[in-house]
Amino acid sequence: MSDALLLFDLLLALAVVAIAAAALLVRDAFAMIVLFVVFGLLSALAWVRLAAPDVALAEAAIGTGLTGALLLKTLHHLRARGMAGWQPGAVAQRPVPRAVAWLNAGLALAVMAGLGVAILGSPLRVTGLEIAVAEAMPLSGVENPVTAVLLNFRAYDTLMEVVVLLSAVIVVWQIERGAGPAPAPSLGPVWQGFARLTLPAAALVGVYVLWAGAEAPGGAFQGGAMLAAIGLMMLLTGLYRPHPDHRGLARLLFVLGTVAFAATALLVAGGGRASFEYPPSYAKTLILLIEALVTISIAVTLTALFHGREPVALKGDLRHDP
Amino acid sequence: MTAIISMVLIGAGTLFFLAGTIGLLRFPDLHCQLHALTKADGLGLTLIGLGAALLAGSAGDVARIALICAFAALSGATCGHLIARHARRGNSEARDV
Repeated sequence: MSDALLLFDLLLALAVVAIAAAALLVRDAFAMIVLFVVFGLLSALAWVRLAAPDVALAEAAIGTGLTGALLLKTLHHLRARGMAGWQPGAVAQRPVPRAVAWLNAGLALAVMAGLGVAILGSPLRVTGLEIAVAEAMPLSGVENPVTAVLLNFRAYDTLMEVVVLLSAVIVVWQIERGAGPAPAPSLGPVWQGFARLTLPAAALVGVYVLWAGAEAPGGAFQGGAMLAAIGLMMLLTGLYRPHPDHRGLARLLFVLGTVAFAATALLVAGGGRASFEYPPSYAKTLILLIEALVTISIAVTLTALFHGREPVALKGDLRHDP
Repeated sequence: MTAIISMVLIGAGTLFFLAGTIGLLRFPDLHCQLHALTKADGLGLTLIGLGAALLAGSAGDVARIALICAFAALSGATCGHLIARHARRGNSEARDV
């Protein structure tokens, strides 16, 4: 049995590396994106085999699903403007100077050597922080160690991740404005039936994943990504059209998670506690509250990133897609 | 006995995936390829799901597997339809213009 699984793991590892190489080597941008998505799905499978279902969920939902959608949207955007330089036939542009190529190769090798030294130099077969985490679990307020680490023990890191997402959407709104593309033509009755069945189910799954994060794999980022998928569907089908008047609400939702997270962290401080040190009796409530608000922010932010522009009515604006 | 039946079901499902992959690689145009893929994937995954459900420990697991199969079949069929629709539209527009 273990031999069969070992064979599977070896095949999986080979496939991940091969697909990564193919994604780098292929010259067509669309094929590149498809290969990237396949690479992400295989990595998610590899995380499952490494007994890290939380990471697998995040990789599948954000790293593969949403990033793939963002890449495809970007490609469409570039092609609509005739800027997709990396088409077959249009490849022969200026070759990369040899010095730049060698410099890049050298830097990549240096990074690889650093990683190798780090891996080979790390002590073998010692427990990391698992014992410390297991001992502190009763204080965390949740049963899932990953959620306990992300939202309690190392909450500051997670707050910074939420801030990164917020910064991304701020930058996108700074550099791209306009009404956006015309609403997509109807995708037909088959799609409508599919959407009626699956979108409510997707909303349910998103909320469930968020809720289950307290005791099982799941959490704000995974749940937020699933809810964002619904936002993407609504944007793609024209069910929701971003309107300039909605910007205030959108801004509020963008910062909601960061503000709630930071405010809770600061408010629990005092009386001998540091910031982020939730009182154990309220920890679960506080963590779920933070996660719920962060999930809303993540879902709205990712949807806005997919839309890719601040919805402003610009007069005589010819910059948006035809 | 259950294990044997489930292995047969999973094996049959794998065969359908194999057939679908061969169809994707060998069939001449997009519509034939879609035909191979959607049929094979829908049936293949359902057979594998049936086999896994026989091995599943609890009713909750069986329900989850059933949901996964149902949604995968739904989205597979819908995606196939959307791709074919897009291809047909694109071709007819190209002909009209």
